[in-house]
Amino acid sequence: MDVLAKFLQQLINGIHVGSIYALIALGYTMVYGIIKLINFAHGDIIMMGAYFTFVCIVTFNLPIGVALITPVILCLLSGILIERVAYKPLRNSPRLSALITAIGVSFLLENVFFKKFGQNPIPFPQIINPSPISLGPLQISRITFITVLISVLLMILLDLFIKKTKPGKAMRAVSEDPGAAQLMGINVNSTISLTFATGSALGAVGGILYSIAYPLIDPFMGVMPGLKAFVAAVLGGIGIIPGAMLGGFIMGIAESLTKGYISSQLADAVVFGILIVVLSLKPSGLLGKNVKEKV
Amino acid sequence: MLKVKNINVYYDAIHAIKDVSFKVNEGEIVTLIGANGAGKTTILHTVSGLMKAKSGEISFQKQKIDHLEAHKLLQLGIAHVPEGRRVFAEMTVQENLELGAFTKKDKKAIKRNFEMVYEKFPRLKERRKQIAGTLSGGEQQMLAIGRALMSEPKLLLMDEPSMGLAPILVQEIFNIIKEINAAGTTILLVEQNANMALSIAHRAYVLETGKVVLEGNAKDLLGNDEVRKAYLG
Repeated sequence: MDVLAKFLQQLINGIHVGSIYALIALGYTMVYGIIKLINFAHGDIIMMGAYFTFVCIVTFNLPIGVALITPVILCLLSGILIERVAYKPLRNSPRLSALITAIGVSFLLENVFFKKFGQNPIPFPQIINPSPISLGPLQISRITFITVLISVLLMILLDLFIKKTKPGKAMRAVSEDPGAAQLMGINVNSTISLTFATGSALGAVGGILYSIAYPLIDPFMGVMPGLKAFVAAVLGGIGIIPGAMLGGFIMGIAESLTKGYISSQLADAVVFGILIVVLSLKPSGLLGKNVKEKV
Repeated sequence: MLKVKNINVYYDAIHAIKDVSFKVNEGEIVTLIGANGAGKTTILHTVSGLMKAKSGEISFQKQKIDHLEAHKLLQLGIAHVPEGRRVFAEMTVQENLELGAFTKKDKKAIKRNFEMVYEKFPRLKERRKQIAGTLSGGEQQMLAIGRALMSEPKLLLMDEPSMGLAPILVQEIFNIIKEINAAGTTILLVEQNANMALSIAHRAYVLETGKVVLEGNAKDLLGNDEVRKAYLG
């Protein structure tokens, strides 16, 4: 029984962190789907979401509801602004230029926050009471419970948004064929903005949930979860939305099981190892389709 | 209805369209014919705003349109059935048609247009839940035409609708084009299959390496020796 309980405990921890990776991975995969860019600045949206929340709660002492919504809106606007200023002028340039620009934007954001807040980690305020709920022999923290609930809810909403609404269908049309989408009367620029807005808002929520789970924030905190979420997106098949969700959960569970059964130090190695194995067997990712040659 | 005056279009340094002028009157089928690479598709892309002319003027119903972005033209009443059909292959037939009516707000009109398209193309109705990428070439062409009709265009631009289709389907597509025109939609048709195009068109322009070399009534051009030799074989 103990063996099973330990396994379930690790599994739950994995689902907890996996759901955060999945939220962040969605931002990478949506942006890639629509403009074929790996937005390396997306990891820093996580960090910005955390700092904005910190400022709202600690500096301005805003009521909790406002203090959680404001950072999401600020990150959403930052996402739109980054695309307009840094990526839009490069839309017809070689992809490598845009990729390098994305790395540049990432450094810029990290160093602006470094200058403003310093490099020492600061404690993130306690938002959710961490006291655990007991389920038989299992201890599930309220944080885990709420994180998974919010993440899954947002993923369902995103899925409905993309499948059922007009702007969602426009996003799918632009990601498949921007030229043909224009001929349908779809404004490609505003559809791309909407994609960045959605991805960044999800990234901000991911950032807040991540900071609740690991309550120390610093200007470079977005790098590691950003990288893992990116790997999750590639693992599931970059550009494919259910792939990002699947990839996120796989990454989280693999990480947690490695930490629980093998060694904490090896967790990252195992996670990236899985990526190498999957990509060498199926280069387009778990849910990826084989690339068709366009004639 | 559509007036194109002295447009010049470049691909970087290549002068693809040289001083081309033509017009399409309301109710007509006008065809641009010419060999591969004569510039037919480039002209359609320039009319629908996907490419910009360096000089010259394009107007539609007396309104200048050459500065407008592509997505604004549909609202004026110009729809474009692109070369190679370009249906959204990962979406269902129904979703493709919905996107054709993207700019329409009137729900009743959208419903009416769905019925109109499904009546014209019963096969699309049978396959409305199917993913567009799994349709045959002829069905995809029908979907591309139906998708354009969902916006109730005044002017329909059609780029090589017969490309890659079996002869019997080509005949069917051309009959459909004639029907659409008879129902009141003006058509600008680009075709390599000059014989077919001339047989349904009212007027035609012959293009050669980016220039208009001949124009006239379609019937006259069908009988013209030069045209026969160069394009009709």
